[in-house]
Amino acid sequence: MRPFVFAARNRREILRDPLNLTFGIGFPVLVLLLISAIQANIPADLFRIGHLAPGIAVFGLSFIALFSGTLIAKDRTTSFLLRLFNSPLSASDFILGYTLPLIPMAVAQVATCFIVAFFLGLPIDVNALFGLIVLLPAVLLFISIGLLAGTVFTDKQVGAICGALLTNATAWLSGTWFDLDLVGETFLRIAYCLPFAHAVDAARAAMAGDHAAILPHLVWVIGYAAGVAVIAVVVFRRQMTSDWV
Amino acid sequence: MNPAIDVKGLTKMYGSTAAVRDLDLVVDCGALFALLGVNGAGKTTTIKMLTCLTRPTSGDAVLLGHSITSNPAAVKQKTNVSPQETAVARNLTVAENVQLMAEIYGADKRSGETKAREMMNTFGLVDIAGKRAKTLSGGMQRRLSIAMAMISDPEILFMDEPTLGLDVLARRELWAAIRALKGKVTMVLTTHYMDEAGALSDRIGIMQEGTLKAIGTSDELIAATDASTLEEAFVALATGSEVSP
Repeated sequence: MRPFVFAARNRREILRDPLNLTFGIGFPVLVLLLISAIQANIPADLFRIGHLAPGIAVFGLSFIALFSGTLIAKDRTTSFLLRLFNSPLSASDFILGYTLPLIPMAVAQVATCFIVAFFLGLPIDVNALFGLIVLLPAVLLFISIGLLAGTVFTDKQVGAICGALLTNATAWLSGTWFDLDLVGETFLRIAYCLPFAHAVDAARAAMAGDHAAILPHLVWVIGYAAGVAVIAVVVFRRQMTSDWV
Repeated sequence: MNPAIDVKGLTKMYGSTAAVRDLDLVVDCGALFALLGVNGAGKTTTIKMLTCLTRPTSGDAVLLGHSITSNPAAVKQKTNVSPQETAVARNLTVAENVQLMAEIYGADKRSGETKAREMMNTFGLVDIAGKRAKTLSGGMQRRLSIAMAMISDPEILFMDEPTLGLDVLARRELWAAIRALKGKVTMVLTTHYMDEAGALSDRIGIMQEGTLKAIGTSDELIAATDASTLEEAFVALATGSEVSP
């Protein structure tokens, strides 16, 4: 009961901030429309809608990390967490409470991106649904990054780290904006040591119906998501019993 | 009659720096005790230790029969805190904030609504029940903060600088709300406003550089230092200098 009460508060807190909705849903959709307009005039294989939509969806998910990180960091800096640490809420209540409301938001964000993509020519078939499912580990990854960032940094630092650094890293290292091969071998290797390009490639494979190509990429995303989630939970639990607040 | 708070040798070290050193203190049931001190005197650290948010380096405190070191869960059940910052959920309404705390402390939705209504009545928040917390004045946010702390029916309420940053009228209004709680609940408040300590408290402790320099009623402290006002007494005790004529 308690984690759901706390989750409901977090859902309201995020949804009532118009900037969250603007950036979370509006910005990725705007980028999708802009690049599709460029594609209509100067066609490039990279920006085919079946290629582009999964990339934009992953890029949009980086804002989920910003939402969760900012919320947690603000709760700390305004002493709201201090008040709650004095309450019967347990560490798992906090973690569930911060995580649960973001899952439907992230799914809605990806779904919105795909629905817009349908109007831009993405085939309406079961593969799109499959692409959404394949992105669920990426959803957990970005939520966990936000939880970790919000636990460690102030809200201003979270804005810089998740709002600027993470969104740009997601954009550049995912192969959404440009072909990673073009930059060089080292860049390509670095990109594929990180989860973003794998998340995009897994979703692209799912949406192309190339099911055999999904798992090798998805393993990376699941590994990173599990790793970051465990680190975030451990750090949050440790901070709860330290002089953090 | 057992005291509400019995502190013995409470110490908090940060490295080699003592934030609070060897604090001994007794607060009677139903009393309002004020901790006075300049910034960095150790008031907030004392509150954090007594509310089990920070572990003492040594020493202990027994609150209503329960030790903060060996039974913090029992202490948390009987106490609550209104932190130095307003510690409210900014995008939730006044009613939602109070109800959130009621439900976190175990009330179901219906009884939470009833408790929230009662608490808003007590603290004069009914007229602004539908307003979002971030739109309230500083005074109203502080009042909401105390209402949120009182929702768990604590036997001991800690208030960390409850009127910090408020204008004269808002302070007086909050004083009235605090006075209305006197006798019903044991209260410990920290402040660096002399008039506040004098007007509200039954007894005052003066902290300086982590140690409790003096304790007594306002009149006792004035008499002990040959001062004419509490402010002069405070200056004399906090600086160790002679009282100015």
